[in-house]
Amino acid sequence: MQTINIKLTINNKKYEMDVDIRKSLMDLLREMGFTSVKQGCGVGECGACTVLVDDVSVDSCLYLAVWANNKAIRTAEGECKDGRLSPVQEAYVEEGAVQCGFCTPGLIMATTSFLEKNKGKKLSREEVKKGHAGNLCRCTGYQTIINAAITAGKK
Amino acid sequence: MAVGQSHIRKDVRAKVTGKTRYTDDFSMPGMLQAKYVRSEIAHGLVKSIDTSAALAMPGVEAVFTYEDVPKIHFPTAGHPFSLDPDHQDVADRLLLTDHVRYHGDEVAIVVARDLLSAEKAAKAVKVEYEELPVCVTSEAALAKDAPAIHEGGNIIKSTTFEIGGTISDAEKEADTVVEGTYSTPIILHCHLENHTAYAYMDDNDHLVIVSSTQIPHICRRIVGQALDMPWPKIRVIKPYIGGGFGNKQDVVLEPMVAFLTRKLGGIPVKIEMSREECLVATRTRHSQTVTVRAGVTITGTIKFLDLNVVSNTGAYASHGHSIPMAAGSKSCNLYPKSVTRFSATTHYGNIPAAGAMRAYGSPQLFFGIECALEQAARKIGMDSVEFRIKNSARPGDIVPKTGTNEHSVGMVECLEKGRELIDWDRKKEEFASQEGALRRGLGVASFSYGSGTYPACVEIAGCRLVLNQDGTVHMQIGATEIGQGSDTALAQMAAETLGIEYDAVHVVSEQDTDVSPFDPGAYASRQTYVAAPAVHRAAKKLKTKILEHCHLMTGDEVENLDLVDGKIIRRGQMENVVLELSKLALDSYYHKERGGQLTAEVSSKTCTNAPSYGCTFVDLEVDIEMCIVTIKQIINVHDAGKIIHPLSAEGQVHGGMAMGVGMALFEELLIDPESGWIYNGNLLDYKIPTCMDIPDLEGAFVETFDPTSPYGNKSLGEPPIISQGPAIRNAIWDATGVKIDEMPMTPKVLFKHFANAGLI
Repeated sequence: MQTINIKLTINNKKYEMDVDIRKSLMDLLREMGFTSVKQGCGVGECGACTVLVDDVSVDSCLYLAVWANNKAIRTAEGECKDGRLSPVQEAYVEEGAVQCGFCTPGLIMATTSFLEKNKGKKLSREEVKKGHAGNLCRCTGYQTIINAAITAGKK
Repeated sequence: MAVGQSHIRKDVRAKVTGKTRYTDDFSMPGMLQAKYVRSEIAHGLVKSIDTSAALAMPGVEAVFTYEDVPKIHFPTAGHPFSLDPDHQDVADRLLLTDHVRYHGDEVAIVVARDLLSAEKAAKAVKVEYEELPVCVTSEAALAKDAPAIHEGGNIIKSTTFEIGGTISDAEKEADTVVEGTYSTPIILHCHLENHTAYAYMDDNDHLVIVSSTQIPHICRRIVGQALDMPWPKIRVIKPYIGGGFGNKQDVVLEPMVAFLTRKLGGIPVKIEMSREECLVATRTRHSQTVTVRAGVTITGTIKFLDLNVVSNTGAYASHGHSIPMAAGSKSCNLYPKSVTRFSATTHYGNIPAAGAMRAYGSPQLFFGIECALEQAARKIGMDSVEFRIKNSARPGDIVPKTGTNEHSVGMVECLEKGRELIDWDRKKEEFASQEGALRRGLGVASFSYGSGTYPACVEIAGCRLVLNQDGTVHMQIGATEIGQGSDTALAQMAAETLGIEYDAVHVVSEQDTDVSPFDPGAYASRQTYVAAPAVHRAAKKLKTKILEHCHLMTGDEVENLDLVDGKIIRRGQMENVVLELSKLALDSYYHKERGGQLTAEVSSKTCTNAPSYGCTFVDLEVDIEMCIVTIKQIINVHDAGKIIHPLSAEGQVHGGMAMGVGMALFEELLIDPESGWIYNGNLLDYKIPTCMDIPDLEGAFVETFDPTSPYGNKSLGEPPIISQGPAIRNAIWDATGVKIDEMPMTPKVLFKHFANAGLI
């Protein structure tokens, strides 16, 4: 097993570690206890493992852990600060955008990145949908998820 | 009032922060990983199997083959046990088999120290097969010379019933008869969490299984049957689960992880399915062919429906033997004045095993019924909505299969509401004469469903309430939360009946068969309907105990007391507070002489089955040249009785509608008809809708109060998926004049039909 030493931040906390060069960022995060990062397919089809790498949303199952060297990672756990939900998390609660909850942390991160990227822009419902097309959900029909993203954008 | 309000879901804060733990989020020291060796052919017998290379690989702990497993055939369908031997589920599974029946069947299993080693070793097991003829389609499986997929032949069950009179009499009264044959595809559940389970032993003869299951108590019984163990020696724990839609209403991995840990001295062993395995090696929705003859009078009265279903259940029976019959029974609730004759044949085939999926055969059957009735309405020149209103169930109508009429019925109002919401009459006029490649069309389809399985199966539920030291209440239920929101709805009911705040009810969401009250689980849209009486009675019981303890403390007579908003008051005098519940609770625990922990437990059986109703209205545009359908507006209207939690209820409707649109327009598992090879068993090639594919979804309700539920509620989990297929098909017909009698209505299928009709 070959390892490489990496330094990264996860939810604003600094880490340094040796990682197996074959390991995905998803596996690394899950092993470290960030189990909001879910595996739904392992091959980038479903988006359940979406995290932000330097504020860009990625499927962490397709992203090698070693690539995270010197990067800042954000997961759904870190969006809730001092027990306060982020505006996106709050909007998901209010709009009823959560059922089984398995796709939820990934979608929260997708919405977070989408809204940060488009801050200040007036977005159509169609544009919001396009921004969430990489994440599958089988429970909600996406209706309340798109509602939540729009609501969060107004917060 | 807790019921009827959209309180914050019990699990939602934990879910948005990623704190909810699913089966895969637990691990144990020393846990081993197992991987199945799956067949590369769809039908054959194992001639030889060589595990030596796999066993020699580093990290591999053991390899078991079909030779090592108990020779006990067990059922997998998630039904409660039946005391009637003739009603018990088909027991046709072994843990591993030497007679492989679909592409992906399980012949051996490798256990290793990590998943990667297990996967590599599974590929190193060499298997030689004697190939047998493959039957993918119904025609092939039912042919006279078809090879027997299971001992005893390929037909599992044929059922028939005739209700409301006889077809031969009704034929005489019908002025016109329409006929059609309608086919539906194999659909995959695609819950986001794949099947995962692990097991370990915490005593020499006591097994613990943690699994992503909808049916922990049923799972316990079936593992007992499969391993010939006493049921109480097995403990099944269900943490949060990432969706099921019926695919986890089947016992899939649990008997195997239990077998493996027993073989390996109790070490924890886990199976986590890959997405590709989960899509083809769990269960699917049955592909069915529905033949319908419908007889109507010239004035639009339906005289009879003659329904014939052929259902391909694939390699193993699973729920196959009961699905068509369940759908047939529930369908009779919709047009109860018509004679219905229903017959169904369920057969094996060399394709993945089909089982329960949301609405359990009803989307397939109603695709037939509502397409044929559209034809009847058009033939006699009657408006599609008027025709359905004329024939729909009304309050007081007898539900044919149960013979009762004490239910709420809001079907006519659903159709009227939908007609208004979609602006039916105006659009009908507007779309009446169109030319060119882009055409708009309107469609409608209705459905009926049940609120459980009674009288086919027992309906039992349990609830235990415990008053905590601070006056809050812990609620333990056998009902399983699978995302549908049952924890929240049941907490609302408990709060309402007890007289405490919703936030004061804490639901113990996890089910543990050693601890949780008995309830077979989440299926048949039964959970809230069947658990409601148990919650209601337990809450009343606990309330009485609380007031009795107040009497011990204050001397006030119980009949003069009430519990409202968490305070004990003099009955009818809101301002006259006798005691805070928190003070009473602390006293009940710690006073040295009086009281005790105040608890109430009720196990109740439900011997009613409220019919629920609804319909889909759709306005769509067909691009004839591109063979593309664009939904402009789609509305579902439901009579689900009293709505307990409006926001969640709407969420259920949206979710069902999106799945229904997926089935109608996009989804199909493709299997080579000659070899049984599966073409698209992954999420890239099997097209479930993304948010770009789903139009805005509108859900509406006609609230009725069903007298058989203490809170007036009826089923809502599955019904929203039933009627999109026929509504969309009817709208495409309206737009183009072409009847598409098959799903999914993909561009490829539309091209075939449009070309045949001379449109392109």
